[in-house]
Amino acid sequence: MAWKAIDRNTPVVGADAEPALSEAVREKIRSFFDRYETKRAVLLPALHVVQDALGHVSWQAMVEVAALLELPPSDVIDTASFYTQYWTHPKGRKVITVCRSLTCEVMGGPAVLAEIKKQLGIGEHETTPDGNYSLMTEECLAGCDHGPCMLINEKMHKCVKPADVAKILADPDNDRIDSERSDLFDAPRMTGDAARKAPPPG
Amino acid sequence: MADSFEPVLLRNVGVENSTALKVYESRGGYRAVRQALKQTPGEITEEVKKANLRGRGGAGFPAGVKWGFLPPNRTVTLLCVNGDESEPPTFSNRVLMEKDPHQLIEGVIIAAYATQARIAYIYLRGEFHEQFHILQKAIDEAYVAGYLGKRVFGGDYSLECYIHRGAGAYVCGEETGLIESIEGKRGCPRIKPPFPAVEGVFHRPTVVNNVETISCIPHIIERGAEWFAGVGPQHSTGPKLFCISGPVNKPGCYEAAMDITVRELIEREDMGGGMQPARKVKAVFPGGVSMGVLTADELDMKMDFDDPQHYGLLGLGTAAAVVIDQDTDIRIVLRNVARFFGTESCGQCTQCREGTAWMYKIASRIADGAGRIEDLDILLDTARNMGMMPGLSICGLPDGATYPIETIVKKFRSELEDAIRAQPDGRVESAMSAVN
Repeated sequence: MAWKAIDRNTPVVGADAEPALSEAVREKIRSFFDRYETKRAVLLPALHVVQDALGHVSWQAMVEVAALLELPPSDVIDTASFYTQYWTHPKGRKVITVCRSLTCEVMGGPAVLAEIKKQLGIGEHETTPDGNYSLMTEECLAGCDHGPCMLINEKMHKCVKPADVAKILADPDNDRIDSERSDLFDAPRMTGDAARKAPPPG
Repeated sequence: MADSFEPVLLRNVGVENSTALKVYESRGGYRAVRQALKQTPGEITEEVKKANLRGRGGAGFPAGVKWGFLPPNRTVTLLCVNGDESEPPTFSNRVLMEKDPHQLIEGVIIAAYATQARIAYIYLRGEFHEQFHILQKAIDEAYVAGYLGKRVFGGDYSLECYIHRGAGAYVCGEETGLIESIEGKRGCPRIKPPFPAVEGVFHRPTVVNNVETISCIPHIIERGAEWFAGVGPQHSTGPKLFCISGPVNKPGCYEAAMDITVRELIEREDMGGGMQPARKVKAVFPGGVSMGVLTADELDMKMDFDDPQHYGLLGLGTAAAVVIDQDTDIRIVLRNVARFFGTESCGQCTQCREGTAWMYKIASRIADGAGRIEDLDILLDTARNMGMMPGLSICGLPDGATYPIETIVKKFRSELEDAIRAQPDGRVESAMSAVN
């Protein structure tokens, strides 16, 4: 009998999916090309840009990044899955990252984490039903002089006490940093499905 | 000695708007680089060698010697600055980057010129958001001023400086892991040799230096190698940043010569300021958790590159101390440290991947009150069978994992045994049956 030939050239993931990345996002990724000798080296910046655009790095986005960087999709997935800060699944609008390393733990970090869980009604790696907050823990955030500390998106909250949690969560600007931002890794904002379903230009 | 110590690396901390180029220049910044660009690269390397600037990232390898390993007939050189500061409880690089980014940039220009690198990558860990924005803004400012880019300071030398952001991996702080990460791969360290100086990023000769090491360089150029070599003890020269955290009165980052003791770091008024009221020292991790632990009786250890070995520690590490107070259960500390390495092992060497995970499971069991006395021996046995020192792994991460576990178990064995004996009956059996 003849072996059945398997077509391995046609991508399985996203074969019929609509493109996840807008032209503006692709252009942003291309702007990193002249910084590195190989296209593969653009992968980490590219994934940062994609995550900024989509809120996470979807399978479809990984396939498209692979095409853009002339890599097999498996290489992109390999790298993206190694790093804890690339999320392959959607997260809430604000991601709370509580430090769980030694100083924060001995200074009362677990009580802060427990209070956040109680207030939001979610556990680690979960998102509130309204999509406002996701919660995760991370190893040392290098804020040990102000332990326990946590990040809300980019903003570091220092010396957090369980009693402060309600106030911090109620503040709408709790993810705003004081310093002037650089837009190097920022992507033109696309809000998930809405952006994807927008009619094509022209 | 220390009373007359004048901060050098931290001299701009606390100054208003210290991240601005104007403020940095008004305080004497970018003078050293102008001076350096008039010298030859070889002269600068010699100066750094003479200063005996040992790497501040943990291993303490002399920076000038590292530069000297670059092949003389190379065409392209790359400079990588290691800002992946992930070792708990270290934050000295963070302070340098968020308070004085131009000092780092000046160091980058001099180090790149000395190694003839045309591109410098500053590897910044993914969790540093605010620090990224501050540093990127400073780099933009330097480009506009003509200090970076084509024809630096109007001379013949050109340098591009890029920030490469990581995404959360402790192992990327290992220099070959960092190189892999810049190349867009998993941060799995490489087998050495070839060392990065011969084959690094994109197979080019590469120098990887820590943020603090690079920040020292402008001062060596400006004040001379003799000054640098004259600060502190003979083999541990130059000003050094020390971090102190935990239940002390003034946790923070302080600069001193490497002749201070752990006790001074905790108790001196201009440093840790003593323990908080009603708190007593039980244990101290003096050099980041991976170096191992000291008991309250061992606080006279000198914070230099040589003394930690006399106390059974791996080395000075990042010189970041965390104090554990009397009321903290040592089992919690054991579990926390074991978890850190269990989750941060990159997974390419079997005994590290399995060993760190195994140690975490055992430590969790002990912390949950279901430990057995023989678990302590299993921990020691596991610790002895992984790492670079027995020649079993590619990088030093498993050594960093074994030292804290080994020193905690050895130095606090009686406390751990007492806690295990005081467990209520039946816990071990139910825990074991849950596993099987």
